[in-house]
Amino acid sequence: MIFRSLTSVKLGAALAATMTLTALPASATECIAPSNPGGGWDFTCRTIGRILSELELVDGNVQVTNMPGGVGAVTFAMVAAERADDADLIVATSTVGITQIAQGRYPAPLETMRYLAMLGADVGVIAVDNDSPIQTLAQLNEAMAADPTSLVTAGSSGAGGWDHIRLLMVAQEAGVEDLGAIRWVQFDGGTDAVTQMMGGQIDVVSTDLGEIAGFVESGDIRILAALSDEPIPAFPDVPTAVSQGVDVIGYNWRGLYTGGQVTDEQYAEWVSKLETLYNSPEWQEAATASGLVPIWRGGDTFEAFVREQAQVMEQISRDIGVIE
Amino acid sequence: MEILSLLGQGFVVAATPLNIGLLLMGCFIGTLLGALPGLGPVNGVAVLIPLTFAFGFDPTSSMILLCAVYFGCMYGGRISSILLNIPGDEPAIMTTLDGYPMAVQGQAANALAISGVASFVGATIAVLGLSLFAPVLARAAIHFGPADYFALYILAFATIGGIAGVDPRKTLLSALIGLLLATVGLDPISGVPRYTFDSFHLYDGIEPIVALVGLFAISEILMLLEMHLKDRPKAIPVGSWLPQWGAIWKTRAAMLRGSGVGFVAGVLPGAGASLGSFMAYVAEKQWSNKKGTFGKGDPRGVAAPEAGNNAASGGALIPMLSLGVPGSGTTAVLLAMLISLNVQPGPLLFERQPDLVWGLVASLYMANIALLILNLPMIGIFTRLMMTPTWALMPVVAAVTFVGVYGISNSVFDLEMMVAFGVIGYVLRKMDVSLVPLVLGLLLGGDMERNLRRAMSISDGDWSILIASPISIGLYILTAGFLVLSVWLAVRDHRQTQAERLTEG
Repeated sequence: MIFRSLTSVKLGAALAATMTLTALPASATECIAPSNPGGGWDFTCRTIGRILSELELVDGNVQVTNMPGGVGAVTFAMVAAERADDADLIVATSTVGITQIAQGRYPAPLETMRYLAMLGADVGVIAVDNDSPIQTLAQLNEAMAADPTSLVTAGSSGAGGWDHIRLLMVAQEAGVEDLGAIRWVQFDGGTDAVTQMMGGQIDVVSTDLGEIAGFVESGDIRILAALSDEPIPAFPDVPTAVSQGVDVIGYNWRGLYTGGQVTDEQYAEWVSKLETLYNSPEWQEAATASGLVPIWRGGDTFEAFVREQAQVMEQISRDIGVIE
Repeated sequence: MEILSLLGQGFVVAATPLNIGLLLMGCFIGTLLGALPGLGPVNGVAVLIPLTFAFGFDPTSSMILLCAVYFGCMYGGRISSILLNIPGDEPAIMTTLDGYPMAVQGQAANALAISGVASFVGATIAVLGLSLFAPVLARAAIHFGPADYFALYILAFATIGGIAGVDPRKTLLSALIGLLLATVGLDPISGVPRYTFDSFHLYDGIEPIVALVGLFAISEILMLLEMHLKDRPKAIPVGSWLPQWGAIWKTRAAMLRGSGVGFVAGVLPGAGASLGSFMAYVAEKQWSNKKGTFGKGDPRGVAAPEAGNNAASGGALIPMLSLGVPGSGTTAVLLAMLISLNVQPGPLLFERQPDLVWGLVASLYMANIALLILNLPMIGIFTRLMMTPTWALMPVVAAVTFVGVYGISNSVFDLEMMVAFGVIGYVLRKMDVSLVPLVLGLLLGGDMERNLRRAMSISDGDWSILIASPISIGLYILTAGFLVLSVWLAVRDHRQTQAERLTEG
């Protein structure tokens, strides 16, 4: 969209000079970011697009198109209807998109698309204020199990969103039965939730680490558990939930899908290109720089992972009454 | 003194030839985009983000460019408000109320000059506040909880009747339509679609800029078409092309008051520039509308909201930089930009990257001066725009609005919605319903609802949370005081006129 809108903004004559510099030659490969510029999906398309052409895995440049609407649903519907067999098209998605699908908020089910790979993830964390009496995940779980209504929890998603579901997965492991009784407050972003916690409005935050890392470093908040396989490289001292006996992995992964009628060969070709990209120092550096942990799951493994994740989300959404 | 040396360091960082060049380019592009209805900071940032990546600017230069565009848009938004009665962007709606009447009376040059200087004053006060108190203010703002924000929005809506009140019932109707439209889309708390009629295009709600452009620009075109069918519009007398400095000086107090109100709204991450300019206008009207001149071209009604909107935009950088919490759509994009440049906003930014922060602050001082210098000589050019015959001007306005709105989301649906809003705007204007409260309802309604719902989630449905903090109680007392004062003033004026009639009779 950027480039297309650039040509359309041509009326602003003063921009013409700056535009010609960015009006790159048209290319066959296109990556759609189903959001406005600046968001996570936009980052996925721009970074992967840039590295794909730097490594010469595609001819020319990758055109990035922004198509916001319906938390990705507008793009999903368009690809399903018009470009299901277009092997030159990749679309950015993440856990957020899969949550929407699992709760039936996309026009078609998960199987409509072919899921290529995830290349990195933001790690979910459970955090409390530095002054909080709760010191460990075990203490948090005890408190929630004793009285689910005793703590106010919050994050950057609404009820039934990924931040909420990851917290409930932890609570479920801890033996909390009435998941719906846990109070959940939605904020517009992880930092909003953290600052409200510092202001004493809420007790616990469940969100991605990337956005709130600054508050951990400054000592304003304390992470009780990282929901990752391995300890986070930037904070090696923070224990994972798994190491504390709570078997929950809560990545907010970044990945790509392509149309459902793309052939097996074309699908395999994309997966192998993306694997090359994943292993390149360029991607490892770009991902780490923006707070992501590089993690690879591709091809059939990724398809299976996505389906399993959607099932867990659907089940918990049902349990807490977000969907019927 | 430490701040002075840090700021001096900042000027050293900012004053490289590349940064000054980027600053001037950003200011110019920003003013232009702000002035064109439909195009705004979102377009500007969308155009420039790929550019900064393509050239591989360092984070400081990138931020200087983007912030210059952001400030430039805030300056530019007023131009079309005053000359065309079409706000260039959301925070500029309040400027239409007195700015356009001034232009119609041949005072366009004065209105532009007053608003330009007011923008400068507001932005400069905000940048001063940013450089002196940023960390302290950010720490204070975190004590504003959802219930307190809700009380703030209650105050705002209680004062809405005072903005454009020919008939308060029509103002109320307009605000309620706005609130109603604000509920369209996915419910942010539970994710349930509301009033979307199974259209995914409505899931994200109604984009305020689309509604704004439709309501003001498209309806203006329809009004003109109708006028041309009936009779030729009267040519607007173009007064002096040069502003009178005395007129600007007379509004100095209004500028300072507007800046203060706007700055506070900007620092609160849940408020923002639109609320800032709105509150600044209402406060100014309450303070100094002794002769009932507001809404009819009072220069103070131009100075206060412009100072307020620029002070709020500058103030919004405080929570963005020192907490990482964006106060507006544009600061959200700036924040994402910072993160992708590997800069972590938050409590440690000021300590870890003083070069970036103080370089940016220094460049904002420079941008303000550049914008003032850029804007004042352009007044002459802009006022001549008033002489452009409408048959030549309106097609250009129409083209620009369509391009701008399409450029935001590449969506034909948004264009259709814009035209629909144009028709709604036309009908409402024919019924003498002011459109400003409608846009305010749409802009502020969503945040008001979200904060109420958050407060309710925190308390598990116990309404007493709304009056549980001293901040919210204070705001409710202020609201009650405002309402009592308005009623008392209305009754007094009514008695006075009656008494005058009696003595006359």
